[in-house]
Amino acid sequence: MPTPDLLRFRLNGQPVEVACESARVLLDLLREDLTLTGTKRGCDLGTCGCCTVLVDGRPTLSCLTLARLVDGRDVTTIEGVTPPNGLSPVQRAFVNHGATQCGFCTPGFIVTATALLREVPHPTRKEIERAISGNLCRCTGYRKIIDAIEAAAREVA
Amino acid sequence: MTSAPPSSYRLLGGRIPYVEGPLKVTGRAEYTDDIQRPGMLVGRLLRSPWPHARLRSIDTSAARALPGVFAVLTGEKYPTPFGVLPITRDETAIAVDKARYIGDIIAAVAASDERTAERAIALLRVDAEILPDYADPRMGVAPVAEPIHQRGLLGSNIQKEVVQHFGNVDAAFAHAAHSARVRGNFAGVTHAFTEPLVTIAEATPDGRLTVWSATQVPHYLHRALSEVLGLPMHRIRVIKPEVGGGFGGKSDPLPHEIVCAALSLETGRPVKILLDREDVFYTNHGRHPTQNDVRIAVDASGQILGYDIDALLDGGAWSSFGTVTTYYNGVLAMGPYRVPNFRYRGRRVYTTKPPSGAMRAHGGTNLRYSVEVALDMLAEKTGIDPFDLRSRNALPPNSRTVNEFRITSTSFLKCLAAARDKSGWDTKFRKLPYGHGVGLGCGFYISGSNSPIHFTPKMPQSTVHLKVDMDGGIAVHSMQADIGQGSNTLLAAIVAEVLGVDLDRVHVQRVDSDVSPIDLGSYSSRVTFMMGNAARAAAEELRGKLVAAAATLLDRSPDALEVGHERIQERGHPEVGVTFLEALHRAMETSGALTASGSYNSPSMGGQFKGARAGTAPAYSFAAYVAEVLVDDDTGEYRVPKVWAAFDCGRPLNRLAVEGQIEGSIHMGLGQVMGESMNYRGTRLINPSLLEYKIPMPQQMPEVEILLVGDDDPEGPFGAKEAGEGPLIATLPAVGNALYDALGVRFTDLPITPDKVLKGVDQRRAEGRPWKGR
Repeated sequence: MPTPDLLRFRLNGQPVEVACESARVLLDLLREDLTLTGTKRGCDLGTCGCCTVLVDGRPTLSCLTLARLVDGRDVTTIEGVTPPNGLSPVQRAFVNHGATQCGFCTPGFIVTATALLREVPHPTRKEIERAISGNLCRCTGYRKIIDAIEAAAREVA
Repeated sequence: MTSAPPSSYRLLGGRIPYVEGPLKVTGRAEYTDDIQRPGMLVGRLLRSPWPHARLRSIDTSAARALPGVFAVLTGEKYPTPFGVLPITRDETAIAVDKARYIGDIIAAVAASDERTAERAIALLRVDAEILPDYADPRMGVAPVAEPIHQRGLLGSNIQKEVVQHFGNVDAAFAHAAHSARVRGNFAGVTHAFTEPLVTIAEATPDGRLTVWSATQVPHYLHRALSEVLGLPMHRIRVIKPEVGGGFGGKSDPLPHEIVCAALSLETGRPVKILLDREDVFYTNHGRHPTQNDVRIAVDASGQILGYDIDALLDGGAWSSFGTVTTYYNGVLAMGPYRVPNFRYRGRRVYTTKPPSGAMRAHGGTNLRYSVEVALDMLAEKTGIDPFDLRSRNALPPNSRTVNEFRITSTSFLKCLAAARDKSGWDTKFRKLPYGHGVGLGCGFYISGSNSPIHFTPKMPQSTVHLKVDMDGGIAVHSMQADIGQGSNTLLAAIVAEVLGVDLDRVHVQRVDSDVSPIDLGSYSSRVTFMMGNAARAAAEELRGKLVAAAATLLDRSPDALEVGHERIQERGHPEVGVTFLEALHRAMETSGALTASGSYNSPSMGGQFKGARAGTAPAYSFAAYVAEVLVDDDTGEYRVPKVWAAFDCGRPLNRLAVEGQIEGSIHMGLGQVMGESMNYRGTRLINPSLLEYKIPMPQQMPEVEILLVGDDDPEGPFGAKEAGEGPLIATLPAVGNALYDALGVRFTDLPITPDKVLKGVDQRRAEGRPWKGR
């Protein structure tokens, strides 16, 4: 058995210290060790975007990220972009615009969209399409997702 | 209550956000893989590396001896065959005697952790005799050296053959002014839902077994578990957590679900089996690779005289829904047109490849492509506009097809009119520059199969239970399976509509076979129609109790009362009334918590011939789509900037959900026509990942103008029909026919990839047929 490393990083604004084998990926650490199951496992190959989290504010595929690479960094999951009471503007817009159907890809989209709007508060539809092109959705045909992100941008503005 | 339907309802017909939406957008919705049970073991599967092999022996001793391994299972322990259709049970949980495709399950282990489970799998030694493999269904229509299944017809690999003839097709073609023939070839496509297949099973010391699974049809899973494991159904509890998409791929009871339960029975511990994405591709049950040959005859005025159809379906290793698929690939040609003469031969052939099954718009998609392309050819031959040709042949409302389908509501003519008008068809068709085109494709689909798979016709297809206690919250139980299409929301909205209460009073309970009355689940686009009617009946029963109680409080006759918003009031004098809670508490004085039950069964229908029930449905949806394409002549790449989607789903009950179904269907249909394909080298699937099996990107998604033009269906709940599968079908031929308008090339080999576009254009030029001056 490989010796576990001791990782220290900020998770959703709180410092954490956790033992972790060196080959463990961030997705497993989050879902299994830290029981943050909002981040979804869709492919384990970086192809679907369901496992997207923010590392230092940037969308990152947690299934392809070795957990030890987040040592000393700032990780935000879907749980971290959710206000303690109620929904964020992006989340509210996803509900009201029908941008979530089966919901399995949704946390990844919410995290990606949240990061986009922090960086580009008024994105064009093209910019939104580019930003979400690493996230697969098989239910919606993307149109309502793009509508929701546009609506959230208007609300935040 | 039998008066003319109102023009609008309080909730229904509006845009109702999903009731569970807040849980989904926060990551709090619970899917099967999110569930942890104490002491849970990890199940892993050994899959066959051979397409066809006799399993002589499997040495499990080293795996069993590995510390941390709790069970090793091979096929002989649970050999009872199962299958979604009771007439074609040919699957086993684990291969018995033979492996039938690369990916077939041949052993399973349960271990304390993933790494141990994988090590145990690697220690299994299989002695196998390689048998001939069959990659192509054409190889299997005659007797073969080693039939894949004993049940193959006369020593061949034919799983099902359907032959039907109505009227006189030869005479129709002899009298035809024109005929057209399309020989379509369709690659297999798969559902590609985002949530992988996953099951948890927990056998407990009270002799019961609880199974959580990502399934569309909890009831059929329940039955299959009982049959294979030899446990009575009442000792098995099936729970459906949130399901991350299905599209048909979670509608069969699947082998890993049964293996997971078997491993739990073996170990007495909870076991989870989560398939990785590659295994999801091997499990498949997607749309059949299909070769069809469609001939259509018309008279000089464009009136359809007859259809002559042949279909050869690649079934893969198991039967799955295949017998239904074989019928559907013929009989679903019956709408949206009047077809007086009809002949069909369909054959579904086993191959040693991942099983084909039901996928969104099951059986109606590939057939429809060829039919609609043939009609486009006939429009050209007769000089009749494609819209006019179709309106001339539209099935009238309240009619019967030649094979005795009962057609009640159809707004197909309205679909045609709306699509023609909004798309600007008359200014575009054959008038756009080279490389730019528009095409029309139409659709027709069942709104719930009249023929439930397991029940005698006398048993209801859907039941809904309601319970309301003094808190005034209404608990709704039903085994209908929300897989993202919004059926929980519709169920809640129907109950709230009938009772006049706010939506937040209504709590749709998780599907749990211990408490949910049976509904047959999410397939055949049946849920809105069947569950909707059952929900309405249940809510009306509850409303009757509340109104009766209110009548005693108000000293009025119940007939004089009506439901208002959160109250029951006198008709014509809304100021005279009691609140919902006052009526409820009065009613509870005699009975305690109120309960109500409603159910639905479709009326008896269909002819008396063999296979007559296949394709019968209590209603049908209709569609007319126009797609616009823009082709890059240099690369063969093309995009679809816009689709006008006119759809008849009767009255749309939740516009947000209906739009979502249509947009999602167009996305999936575009995937099949533009690029999705299960690619094989021989029998080996070579693109089992979402990187290599590409679904359309956001950038490829067209603008969609949705035109909901349906009139109320007389039997649908509040006038509604299906909108879950029918919206996919018209997408494919609309694009195919638009490419013809753009390039003058007929494409009959799907997906239509850029290389095929270039080849088609080259060939047209080589044949000296200029198009739009090019």
